[in-house]
Amino acid sequence: MITRWLVRAVLRSVDGRLRVAPLLRRGLAKVFPDHWAFMLGEIALYSFVTLVLTGVYLTLFFEASTVETTYTGSYAPLDGARTSAAYASTVRLSFDVRAGLLMRQTHHWAALLFVAAIVLHLLRIFFTGAFRRPRGINWVIGVTMLALALFNGFTGYSIPDDLLSGIGLRILYSVAQSIPVVGEWLVFLAFGGEFPSDDAVPRMFVTHVLLVPAALAVLIAAHLGILVRQKHSQFPGPGRTENNVVGSRFWPAYTIRTLALFAWVFAVLFGLGGLAQINPIWIYGPYDPAQATSPAQPDWYIIWGDGALRLFPGVDFDIAGHLVPAPFWPGIVLGGLTFAGLYLWPLLERLAGADRRAHELLDRPREHPVRVGVGVAVLTFFAVLLVAGSDDVIAKLLKVPVLDVLSVLRVVALAAPVPAGLCGYLAARALRANGGRGIGELTRRDLRAAPQQRTGPGERDASAAPAGPLDGADGRVELWRDPDGTWRWRYRSGEVTLTANLAYLSREEAERSATTAYRRAPVVAVEPPVPAVATAARRTARRAAPVGGWLALLAIGTWRRRRR
Amino acid sequence: MTGRLDLAPAATPEEDERREAARRERAASRWIGLAFGASACGAAGFAAVYATGGQTQLEGLSLAVAFAGLAAGLGLWSRRLLPSGGYVEEHEPFDSPPVEVRLTTEALAGPESPLRRRGLLGLLTLALGALAGAALFPLRSLLPFDRARPAHALRVTPWAAGVRLVRADGSPVRPDDVPAETFVPVFPEGHPDRGDTPAFAVRLDPARFTTPPPGGHVDGIVVYSLLCTHAGCPVALYLRGTARVLCPCHQSNFDLLAAARAIAGPASRPLPGLPIAVDPAGFLVATGDFTSPPGPGFWSHE
Repeated sequence: MITRWLVRAVLRSVDGRLRVAPLLRRGLAKVFPDHWAFMLGEIALYSFVTLVLTGVYLTLFFEASTVETTYTGSYAPLDGARTSAAYASTVRLSFDVRAGLLMRQTHHWAALLFVAAIVLHLLRIFFTGAFRRPRGINWVIGVTMLALALFNGFTGYSIPDDLLSGIGLRILYSVAQSIPVVGEWLVFLAFGGEFPSDDAVPRMFVTHVLLVPAALAVLIAAHLGILVRQKHSQFPGPGRTENNVVGSRFWPAYTIRTLALFAWVFAVLFGLGGLAQINPIWIYGPYDPAQATSPAQPDWYIIWGDGALRLFPGVDFDIAGHLVPAPFWPGIVLGGLTFAGLYLWPLLERLAGADRRAHELLDRPREHPVRVGVGVAVLTFFAVLLVAGSDDVIAKLLKVPVLDVLSVLRVVALAAPVPAGLCGYLAARALRANGGRGIGELTRRDLRAAPQQRTGPGERDASAAPAGPLDGADGRVELWRDPDGTWRWRYRSGEVTLTANLAYLSREEAERSATTAYRRAPVVAVEPPVPAVATAARRTARRAAPVGGWLALLAIGTWRRRRR
Repeated sequence: MTGRLDLAPAATPEEDERREAARRERAASRWIGLAFGASACGAAGFAAVYATGGQTQLEGLSLAVAFAGLAAGLGLWSRRLLPSGGYVEEHEPFDSPPVEVRLTTEALAGPESPLRRRGLLGLLTLALGALAGAALFPLRSLLPFDRARPAHALRVTPWAAGVRLVRADGSPVRPDDVPAETFVPVFPEGHPDRGDTPAFAVRLDPARFTTPPPGGHVDGIVVYSLLCTHAGCPVALYLRGTARVLCPCHQSNFDLLAAARAIAGPASRPLPGLPIAVDPAGFLVATGDFTSPPGPGFWSHE
């Protein structure tokens, strides 16, 4: 009772100024699909929130400058050492700022999770075809955010000016310098001169804490705004059509669920930040162009680039007396091709014959064997690059010469992707043909039988769309008037009952909504269904309410007495 | 309401069901309450750890407990006390009715629309393009004008005739300071901070040279650039006996007996040599710059 009174009071006050009630009611009723794969993007979002919060804390103590200074502080091995201000302030915020190390390590772990969640989210979108019309625009925004995340991760771990990241920066500089014609000018403009320059750290700092995060924030807002406007796609299922979304409402079910995920992300990241050491720059020491650490591996999302640099043979090209150094191919061309492929994939699929219709129902990955094959092949290639980035560590563990590991990995990188992709293609095709059974139950017969049962993507789509059971013809829509005068409807088909997310003010509105969601289902007017049993939660709350009220009164009483 | 229900003797199956549901919800509420309690304890623990001097592991652990309690409580709440699924929302197609499209087109491109003045639009584009082009000019300041141009800066280093070889601590190097099978990083005297100057001296047996060193040698002492010609990492790993240096970044190998030729890994060009001699005071000096630009390659390399 009190709750309702309070909420109404607040709502009236806001509504009287902004007229938010109709909008809010629709927003609260927004339906989210119930599938774990839809939570991956949220993990990325919550990692970003962690990054912003911990990052702001770090900026209060970090000094973005390579001016030489003397570190004095509680880390004894470096006490009195001459280092850059960036390095000294990072060591200081790790050891002499209380909770500083926790924030720094949590920030670093959050960056790793951020990129990982983005990549998994991207794979989900890719393999289920969620990038198809009308979501191509959000695919492009998402790929851009992946690129920005990689870049910001790199600048982030480079600014402490430690030996490990300095080597990484040196490599990046060399790779950028290898670009034909413009490479030298590009790096000299970006770094303000020859490596290592004093301008690099402050410039990377401003891109890391301002430019890229601001761009990310804008893109996230656009990504989510478009998501709300376009509504969610969903996997096929009973009662699900191209014209509806089935799942839980934003309030209350989804809100609580996503807040739980939010808290899990924080719990995991702060747990890691406190317990698992990451990037101990005081062990690496300050950057010195004449020194190196070994083994040296970058963060996981950069390591494929390092692996590619290791694998690519030393082939220099000479163009009219000019040099195109070897790192250009694995560094610039590979990265460029990767992102070009990502950006253009929806277009490529359409050029290969996919339809241009809007798709609100997702593919199961198996329904598109070519896509599975290409995805698996590319993932295999990048997995080999990821492994190659640690070839020296592997050589040490296996006690074999590193150059032998290198030779093997060169062969694997070229030889493995195609067979792996083919396996993915064949498995997906067999799964599509044998209907429903899992990958563990595939037999040789399934694989052999698949080509006979093959249907082209065009034929399959023609049979599934636009009519058929997907439009709800196998069920019926029940429409009724609630005692409070509002109209509601629900869809029933066999065991499935799906209730409309909103209460409508008129019968016409309710009918329009129902016939949009289920174009071919007959609409019948019925008596209002018996309301569900009052939940125990509400009862316990009712019992707890007076206690809370008395406590509040007591608190107010004591407070006023103390003020007197 | 509850009390009365609880007191009633078990009669109908519906009532049994209802009572079972109520019992389950009470249990869930209890667990959720416990989780939130644990969360509060974690938060208090974090504050206490911080206030008593701070300890990174305990700070992380207590915060993790605080958030995990919150997460577990909210998760249970959504699983046990709230319905999942069961709702449907209509999803209208995105194509507007043709009349909407026609009217919007009309509104945008009607008779008085600026979009119809093609000539003026062309000139406007020209003006904006010129502005955009002009706005690019200040970017040139990113490389201050008093600094060397890229091609020159990348080719030339402070090494020159008469510049002494010094160690990292600034002390000059005599030939005797480079015993056989040791790796001595050297720098040009008076230039401590340059990124492209680091070199190293190694004493080898001149009889084993398969190719004469590009910078010559002083009693078997050869000096090469320390920067890998692949991606610029210092080739600081000297493999004793084999007269090879190895880059720790990408495992390029250079054979010092064969003029520092790249023999394995991703590097292609040999390490530039530094021509050396001994000055009247008995110290090693350079007699010129590196035999080729040090470090990774670039467009105007040679």
